[in-house]
Amino acid sequence: MSLDKEKIKHVAKLARISVDEAKVDSLTKDLNSIFKFIEQLNELNTDKVEPLTSILNQSLRSRKDEISDGKIREKILKNSPKKSEEFFVVPKVVE
Amino acid sequence: MSNITNQSLSEILESVKSKKISSLELTQAYIKNIENAKKLNAFVTTTFDQALENAKKFDNKPNNDLLLHGIPLAVKDLFCTENIKTTAGSNILNNFVPSYESTVTKNLWDSGAFLLGKLNCDEFAMGSSNETSFFGNVINPVGDQLVPGGSSGGSSSALAADLTPATIGTDTGGSIRQPASFTGTVGLKPTYGLCSRWGIVAFASSLDQAGPMTKTVSDCAIMLEAMSSFDEKDSTSINKKKETYSKNLKDNIKGMKIGIPKEYRVDNMPNDIDELWEKGKKILKDLGAELIDISLPHTKYALPTYYIVAPAEASSNLARYDGVRYGHRSQKGKDLIEMYENTRSEGFGDEVKRRILIGTYVLSSGYYDAYYLKAQKVRQLIKKDFDDNFTKVDAILTPSTPSSAFKIGEKTNNPVSMYLNDIFTVPVNLAGLPALSLPAGLDKQGYPLGLQLIGKALDEQKILNIGYAFEKNCGYKNEIKKWWS
Repeated sequence: MSLDKEKIKHVAKLARISVDEAKVDSLTKDLNSIFKFIEQLNELNTDKVEPLTSILNQSLRSRKDEISDGKIREKILKNSPKKSEEFFVVPKVVE
Repeated sequence: MSNITNQSLSEILESVKSKKISSLELTQAYIKNIENAKKLNAFVTTTFDQALENAKKFDNKPNNDLLLHGIPLAVKDLFCTENIKTTAGSNILNNFVPSYESTVTKNLWDSGAFLLGKLNCDEFAMGSSNETSFFGNVINPVGDQLVPGGSSGGSSSALAADLTPATIGTDTGGSIRQPASFTGTVGLKPTYGLCSRWGIVAFASSLDQAGPMTKTVSDCAIMLEAMSSFDEKDSTSINKKKETYSKNLKDNIKGMKIGIPKEYRVDNMPNDIDELWEKGKKILKDLGAELIDISLPHTKYALPTYYIVAPAEASSNLARYDGVRYGHRSQKGKDLIEMYENTRSEGFGDEVKRRILIGTYVLSSGYYDAYYLKAQKVRQLIKKDFDDNFTKVDAILTPSTPSSAFKIGEKTNNPVSMYLNDIFTVPVNLAGLPALSLPAGLDKQGYPLGLQLIGKALDEQKILNIGYAFEKNCGYKNEIKKWWS
């Protein structure tokens, strides 16, 4: 299958990345060459193969549902580009 | 003493222990080298003052029982370091100062080492030449026009140029082994789960693994021993007893069975690489190993599988960069969504954007089965290829890369040709296995080439032993002229 410019703009929207109109053509070309390469997989019949979901022979550990650190609000807020008191600040969402 | 920095980590450790050199003198020697090597652009951040303080502290109260006593180390800028800027080679993290330390680096510091600086890398470890870094290309000390490999290109360049006695990188599809091969150094990708992923900037979580990059195999064993550990904070960390790889290093490989996979002879591969592979086989055979022809039939499907799985995981992992909690935030946009879109567009480079878009597409509604599920199935077949063969062989010998270091700019216009660099390294990540890249010789241009030893899961000791024996009998010596200083 081939990806057209509209499709790529849609995917970019889903990924929350604005794409420069001037770059759409080269991006389309690059992605199509990558997908052509990826689609070699269609040569293989995998109807009877189980998908591999983990390469470890162990299931994920569970732990007690309890606080293991805490009291690190300042550390968590430290790198925020915009904050107010104890909160992250984002552009207005609700009118 | 003036030549201390071109020695191996093992030799330096001995010199510090016997007080032939102090940790402070050692640290000063590396700082001098780093200051003279700005042309290589291997460092994003240096922490000289802190390193000198730590060196003095060590000299005042030396503890030579520790594995890395008094050793300054530079590390890839993908490892979070407490109160030291950590960028992952990206503009989006250009102002990020972690309030925590990655488990792997903490293990190194607990072993007596201290930080010398943070090394350049491809943006979010996505690249095979270090050309995608926001902080510019890194130069390979082998030649001023050559890439150092990627994504751990700052690490390989710094190590080969004597700017750090050893280092660590991360390997998602070859990012330790390919740059090691391009610079004539040793690089190990451990078994998935052996080294904690906690505190490492995530790329593709089912493939990412940290590992050592060193001048010799003994150094590699020491570094692996120091950095690996079970970690409760990493849900896929393997809970097992810590091994003493360096103490158990042996060079007797008599009777070992080495698999030679026919699928690793690809079209258009330079003769040099074929010859080097033959040389490697002969060395192991002369040491008493038995060579066995094997087949890994799904090898050619590993890269296409990787370019579904890795971008899919990356698109999920990189969704966290939203300009709200940390990192760059755009000043443009009239609402929240536009702020996100502009932040991510300004913060990410072209290769990262490309991979996020691939990943978003293959996971999107209606395409998941055709791409992601298909890739997971093929990944099963690739893993099975290895499982089937490891009932017959102890390790597998292959070339590390299909070419030696290439020129800066040579492959940037064609993403698929860049991706093909990882053709021999990617299958190992998909199967979660350990693999060691060893410097083995030079091609006709005089550029280093590496051979790769692949082991069974958790069989690091065995491939280190084979590598150790190989190194002693290979006669390869990395002699890089210091043209940059």
